[in-house]
Amino acid sequence: MDQYIQVPLSNEDAEKLSAGDYVYLSGVIYTARDAAHKRMYEALGRGESLPMDMDRNVIYYMGPSPARQGRPIGSAGPTTSSRMDKYAPSLLDLGLKGMIGKGKRSEAVKDAIVRNKAVYFAAVGGAGALLSKSILSSEVIAYDDLGTEAIRRLEVKDFPVIVVIDSKGNNLYETAIKEYCKE
Amino acid sequence: MRTIQVSQITDAIKEMCIEANHFLTPDMDEAMKCAVTSEEAPLGKQILNQLQDNLKIAGADMIPICQDTGMAVIFMEIGQEVHFEGGILEDAINEGVRRGYVDGFLRKSVVADPIYRDNTKDNTPAIIHYEMVPGDKVKITVAPKGFGSENMSRVFMLKPADGIEGVKNAILTAVKDAGPNACPPMVVGVGVGGTFEKCALMAKKALTRPVNERSSIPYVKELEEEMLAKINATGIGPGGLGGTTTALAVNINTYPTHIAGLPVGINICCHVNRHAVREI
Ligand code: SF4
Repeated sequence: MDQYIQVPLSNEDAEKLSAGDYVYLSGVIYTARDAAHKRMYEALGRGESLPMDMDRNVIYYMGPSPARQGRPIGSAGPTTSSRMDKYAPSLLDLGLKGMIGKGKRSEAVKDAIVRNKAVYFAAVGGAGALLSKSILSSEVIAYDDLGTEAIRRLEVKDFPVIVVIDSKGNNLYETAIKEYCKE
Repeated sequence: MRTIQVSQITDAIKEMCIEANHFLTPDMDEAMKCAVTSEEAPLGKQILNQLQDNLKIAGADMIPICQDTGMAVIFMEIGQEVHFEGGILEDAINEGVRRGYVDGFLRKSVVADPIYRDNTKDNTPAIIHYEMVPGDKVKITVAPKGFGSENMSRVFMLKPADGIEGVKNAILTAVKDAGPNACPPMVVGVGVGGTFEKCALMAKKALTRPVNERSSIPYVKELEEEMLAKINATGIGPGGLGGTTTALAVNINTYPTHIAGLPVGINICCHVNRHAVREI
């Protein structure tokens, strides 16, 4: 089912989404990938606060290519989520409501998604030019020295994603493949 | 002897880095178009259509097809009658990569040290493979490689007794493990034989062969076709979200090997299987 959803994600919206739903997100999301996650994780370990509040927010696992003049961002598709698996459960426990990436997640992440009634979305990998068209603005808010891996605040309009793991723990990667498996 | 100025190599590589990151080769373009028609899953079709739109936007607005503009893998086939002038060839190649990535608004994805991980900020150094060939020409292939799919690549040191069934299992294992992580539809490059490093290099080079061109060795051609059908029967589909298009091609290269071994290298590539080729 196609749905238009506002981000940050409300608890109600997060819970009503089901694996397989095609969703257009509008509002504000944040980018972070490997290096930014490592830093946030270390900051939490030292008892410091994070560059942004996790509560109800959505993190996009993405490091863009540089923007040409007059554009908010360059190519901007998802990176492989499993590299963030080590860090994701702690962020979910702090209130993170959604993650956008591509590829499989660990059991620990799935459990944390269910525990916190959150959602894992996939954006289409390798569609960075198309996805950049749904990004209205981009601003580095932390870890500028990390270049493409800095944390960015993105304003998005009808950003297309697919629900892969829903708040009940259903996993589209597992169910959809079975449907078309002819082995 | 034919003299070539290394600055010519720099200029060509700069342009090729930009070209490869914005335009697919005609064979890849065609394969992606055909996939839209043949895909059976509605969501799979929708994703393949998005990828068509993505390619159009990439070319029209000069936005890289994918934000991971890769590590620049460069094959240099150098005719042995060629003499280079004007500087060191390796520096000239890296200068081409630097200019391509900096001037072309491509992402800088290379870190100087695998453990300390400081970004080199210009995507150098490239991974360069030199080959001496007959003649007085230089053939350059620039193949920017994304790491979502690179990370899912494998080397299996099989035993001779594992035979062709072992090779088939190895390919299927790598593809299934890769699943959605490698941004399917994939292109699967395979190297069978040689040594540990030779099979991996053959697999990488196999990815630069047009996807509509089969091996000239009859049993290898059959193996390529059989494996493509098997991979597309896994159900992984576009984006790993279910469907009948999991791979666009399986390209296999072979080489003599040792009496005691059967090395198999499998280099997984995503649908952004990029390369630009030029002869100077
Ligand atoms: S695997 Fe390929 S399509 Fe996917 S993000 Fe990496 S380079 Fe892009």
